[in-house]
Amino acid sequence: MTASPRTVLVLLDTPADGLRSPARELLTLARSLGDVTALALEAPSETTLADAASYGAGTVLVVDLPGDASVGARLAPVAAEALAAAADRTGADLVLLTSSFVNREIGALAARTLGAGFVYDTSGISLTESGVVGSKRVFAGTWDVECAPTTPRAVLTLRSNSVVAQPVAEPVVPGVEHLAVEPTAAATAAVLVSRTAHATAADQSGRPALAEASAVVAGGRGTLGDFGPVEDLADALGAAVGATRDAVDEGWVEHDAQIGQTGVTIAPRVYVGAGISGAPHHRGGMQASGVVVAVNNDPDSPIFEIADFGVVGDLAEVLPQAAAAIRAHKATQG
Amino acid sequence: MRIVVPVKHVPDIHSDRGLTPAGRVRRGADDGTLNELDENAVEAALQIVEALDESERATSEVVALTVGPVEADAALRKAFQLGVGSAYRLGDDALAGSDVFGTAAAVAAAVRTLDAQAPVDLVITGMAALDGLGSVVTSLVAAELGLPQLTLASRLTVEHGQVEIERDLEGFTEVLTAPLPAVVSVTDHVNTPRYPNFKLIMAARTKEITVLSLGDVGLAPDAVGEAAARSRVVESAPRPPRPEVELVTDKGEGGLALAEYLIRNDLV
Ligand SMILES: Cc1cc2nc3c(=O)[nH]c(=O)nc-3n(C[C@H](O)[C@H](O)[C@H](O)COP(=O)(O)OP(=O)(O)OC[C@H]3O[C@@H](n4cnc5c(N)ncnc54)[C@H](O)[C@@H]3O)c2cc1C
Repeated sequence: MTASPRTVLVLLDTPADGLRSPARELLTLARSLGDVTALALEAPSETTLADAASYGAGTVLVVDLPGDASVGARLAPVAAEALAAAADRTGADLVLLTSSFVNREIGALAARTLGAGFVYDTSGISLTESGVVGSKRVFAGTWDVECAPTTPRAVLTLRSNSVVAQPVAEPVVPGVEHLAVEPTAAATAAVLVSRTAHATAADQSGRPALAEASAVVAGGRGTLGDFGPVEDLADALGAAVGATRDAVDEGWVEHDAQIGQTGVTIAPRVYVGAGISGAPHHRGGMQASGVVVAVNNDPDSPIFEIADFGVVGDLAEVLPQAAAAIRAHKATQG
Repeated sequence: MRIVVPVKHVPDIHSDRGLTPAGRVRRGADDGTLNELDENAVEAALQIVEALDESERATSEVVALTVGPVEADAALRKAFQLGVGSAYRLGDDALAGSDVFGTAAAVAAAVRTLDAQAPVDLVITGMAALDGLGSVVTSLVAAELGLPQLTLASRLTVEHGQVEIERDLEGFTEVLTAPLPAVVSVTDHVNTPRYPNFKLIMAARTKEITVLSLGDVGLAPDAVGEAAARSRVVESAPRPPRPEVELVTDKGEGGLALAEYLIRNDLV
């Protein structure tokens, strides 16, 4: 018996301004699992539609909410009702979302309505003879677990950087369909009074967003407040900048940069931690990274226990030297 | 004002955490603690009550609630040390192996039972349990109870029968409001939990914990636990230990060595 393909529904994250890399990765994975419909909670732009087509969505289902859709769609219970309605409409037995705080809530609430099993923060999803299996890293990346939904339907969220996004050979123009959704009173019982974007460091610097970056350079208390060397190496690598909570609490970097159990969870191909001791709360957010590199002037610092490569030294000297060498290398590569 | 704070007993984050062969979190009374992030929820509840005027405060109560085996009492004892007034544990063998839905159903049923004794105005949880890190049980509890959900609050105020929160979510700051009763989760930025008070530490040892059974909260054994779980762990293993770190001591060329390592491993 071979695993039979699924009817897959994928929630698109930011339909207005083109797909972000986690959504592209998710669509890439989704089309290996079955026939894909993408769900947009707001009317998608032409760019987004073209993107969705490039990554294999045959149909884009657009949710029409009453009133100011951009407000309602931001509420997890409303989005979850739309997602569940879309799963019923398409007959999807596999519903996929990217992993974020909001998407986990949306996924869990939709799964509750659908009577579906729910597996969050997977780093891989596969079809086996006995059904869908989601792979997870738990306990700060120290354990690997395979979770299988026991229900005919399943909802899973996928972490960024778990698969490599790959466009299809021949994109088709996706069919656009509409689905009207009337949220229940319970879903709108909490009112969104205001929503203001705060410019993130990533926006201002042109660096990739922390949660999606394939390389991250993070700084801690050991920077003594000067993130210059961290940013220098990040820019040489095309990496995002991250930080420990202590660095955030000191006001050296903004809150969005915090990596850890109560900050952003990351799993880039490479993580460089500079002036970071490697406390369990921080490790919980980065230990699933592919390669861990640490720069710390204390050879007994716990971060070296989880590092693949380490430099014992002053980050203010090591990082700029590394950045210069990487730039020089890139120049020779043309 | 009656506030229920659902709390969780989790393996200490500094301990060697793991899973049992059945795929469940390995727990022991020795290394288990109150989930650190639940301290912020207890603190938030205590602050709300402490801000009330004297007569309102006299009729107010902060109740800690946990779902779990007898070891989970350790989490409730810690909540007593911080100042909660009473504690309940929903304990039943049938609860073992619950997934997020079973857990939420159990918490919600216990809250409903408490509400029938005396109306519950607020349910406040921490943002996540530091073992599973799912951050979804709060939402599911709210859905089970049919109450408004205001999650991940970094600021929380309760006034005139209304709760207002502020939260930071992926580049946006949001303000949400809802009438009471409501379900709220708070982050570790909402407040700084107080230290256990010596008098309370002494008293916490002997304070009464009310143990509830599934029957007491009106749940059938097959509505929770393994019987109701919609997913199961089919395989689990500790990750193979990382190879020994390649360590270089900087004598003027540490940065070059770092660059060379990244280039050699195709990471540039
Ligand atoms: C409930 C809770 C939640 C938390 N959540 C998080 C979280 O999500 N993320 C998080 O990061 N933390 C979190 N923390 C905090 C965490 O416990 C640690 O306190 C924090 O990660 C330590 O930050 P640090 O490594 O920057 O600082 P430190 O532990 O002070 O380490 C600084 C390191 O820099 C090194 N150093 C100093 N000078 C230099 C130099 N010139 N060159 C090189 N190295 C140098 C030192 O040797 C040291 O190892 C949380 C704490 C609590 C209680």
